[in-house]
Amino acid sequence: MTIAIETHDLTRHFGDLVAVDHVNMQVPKGSIYGFLGPNGCGKSTTIRMLCGLLIPTEGGASVLGIDVLDDPEAVKSKIGYMTQRFSLYEDLTVRENLQFMSEIYQMSRTDRAQRIRVQLKKFGLDDRARQLAGTLSGGQRQRLSLAAVTLHEPELLFLDEPTSAVDPESRREFWEFLFDMVDRGTTVLVTTHFMDEAERCHALAILDQGVLVADGSPKQLMAELPASVVEVASDTTRIVREVLLELSEVIDVAQLGSRLHALVQPDVQNPTAFLGAALERKSLLASLKLVAPNLEDVFVMATLGRGADR
Amino acid sequence: MRLLSGARILAIAKKEFFHLRRDHLTAGMVVGLPIMMTLLFGYAINQDVRNLNAGVVDEANTSASRALIADAVATQVMRIVSRAGSPRELEQMIAAGRISLGLYIPSDFEERLAQSRPPFAQLLIDDSDPIVLGAARGLAQLPIRQQAIKKDSPGTFELRALYNPERRSPVFIVPGLCGVILTLTMVLFTAIAIVRERERGNLELLITTPVQPLELMIGKIIPYVFIGYIQISLILLLGVSLFDVPVRGTMLDFYVGAGIFVISTLTLGLLISTIAETQFQAFQLTFMSFLPQLLLSGFMFPFEGMPRAAQYLAELFPLTHFLRIVRGIVLRDATLSMLTNEIWPLVLFFVVVMALATARFRKRLD
Repeated sequence: MTIAIETHDLTRHFGDLVAVDHVNMQVPKGSIYGFLGPNGCGKSTTIRMLCGLLIPTEGGASVLGIDVLDDPEAVKSKIGYMTQRFSLYEDLTVRENLQFMSEIYQMSRTDRAQRIRVQLKKFGLDDRARQLAGTLSGGQRQRLSLAAVTLHEPELLFLDEPTSAVDPESRREFWEFLFDMVDRGTTVLVTTHFMDEAERCHALAILDQGVLVADGSPKQLMAELPASVVEVASDTTRIVREVLLELSEVIDVAQLGSRLHALVQPDVQNPTAFLGAALERKSLLASLKLVAPNLEDVFVMATLGRGADR
Repeated sequence: MRLLSGARILAIAKKEFFHLRRDHLTAGMVVGLPIMMTLLFGYAINQDVRNLNAGVVDEANTSASRALIADAVATQVMRIVSRAGSPRELEQMIAAGRISLGLYIPSDFEERLAQSRPPFAQLLIDDSDPIVLGAARGLAQLPIRQQAIKKDSPGTFELRALYNPERRSPVFIVPGLCGVILTLTMVLFTAIAIVRERERGNLELLITTPVQPLELMIGKIIPYVFIGYIQISLILLLGVSLFDVPVRGTMLDFYVGAGIFVISTLTLGLLISTIAETQFQAFQLTFMSFLPQLLLSGFMFPFEGMPRAAQYLAELFPLTHFLRIVRGIVLRDATLSMLTNEIWPLVLFFVVVMALATARFRKRLD
């Protein structure tokens, strides 16, 4: 397995703010690597450093074997970067946008026509080719952006919250495109705050306030969660939650729909009975069940642990 | 530094044309602004002052005094709108802004004439307006039709105006207007074009591509050079057809000179675009750079009348040099080779400002 991205103590300050704090990670080639974290956790800043758009304050990174500090321009011809905001030209048509990108990447004339045709077809933009990009729907814009940044067939693709502005169906479709590309050897680094998307990644990194607090495959992260998860169903979830949070053995309680997920210290022998007893003392009715951790639990655990440290 | 790619420069220029084609307001300004400015400056701005409102007090009321008033009116510099009883009344009318000139002829006008004892009469002027002052000065030289001083001296020099003997304002103004309009629109359009990409987020995408700053700069400039040529052609066409501006030099010299000027002044727009973060800031910076050029270049006020320091400052501006070039070629039938003193500062300006802009434009976000 070869490595597409490797960072060592990658750090970036903005004035007093530490946006990215000594991040060490490895992204294997041919995989989808997810960046999970709340807004402002340093996801975009990390991507921008990897693309050579921001200079690290400390540490460094190598992208496709090239040191981003030494030669950011060499990186740029091998990657595609889809920005969080739609960054193609709204007053150009779909085809004009693609044409412009193909010329910027200096593709040969015959290649250009061929690739644009392929991309238009692949991303379902055939009948929109003459439409102004500004008049496209959110999902169509997303597809156009992806078509534009993959026009030159980059080895590595950075996607910054690509699906935050599109409907669930477009999201699903979008991920199909990603898997398709990964099958053909592309490496994808994608940021998201959707758990279902995170679960689809081959590997994940959870960032919290600039610090990489957990990484691994989603399965591994869920299996190795240092807590037991008890699902609590009750008509009085709010009160139940307050009662549970008062117990020192309970790490955190998250609400998932009408149920609660209580994260309990792993050294508690029978967590279901333990919580049940605590609720009974307060005469609260609830049904409790030990469940396998999901990614949300992993995320809560990872971002909480750090908060408590401080 | 890597080699520049002509294909990428062309791609950017082409894209810029697409933007222009879709942006009707800007496209309208390209044509509308020069037309509007040429008409405004050509018709409205006239330094040849005529028909100033005047009041008259004629205490002499003799044939000689009436002849003097008639002569003064005949110059067309003034027209009588009011007759008053005393000089005091004239002063009040000037203070109220009803008249700009007051002609006072004293009761002993004839005696003064007979004894050749000047002043013969008095001209009260509203010199809160310098243009009135200038016009009135001319009026004060008005000879008097009277035997006693008929032997009016011929003057030491005979004046031979070589290029604009009728002293028509458009002849001075229209060629200069080419430079003024280009300075405004070229700088503004280029500055806005790049800042807009930054504001709309396009630049974040563009700087992750292999495009080089200099390619981006040159590509952005090319469409505006074309626009510049359209504008000066329009101005000159209007000048010739409406205001009889003579074009004495060759058109080739004119266009080559204008091209050098356009390219050098465009770089100022590029530099502004690397400083301004929003289109509004770009607007402000453009006007900040435009005003001193307008005022000090010699377009509005005579260059020679300015203090030395202001003259040195003005020598830095492309507009100052272009005004000399364009007036030379259009009015004096000069050739470009006679104007090298004005061309090298433009080239120098281009090199220095372009280098500054390229150095400042980094392909980074911080």
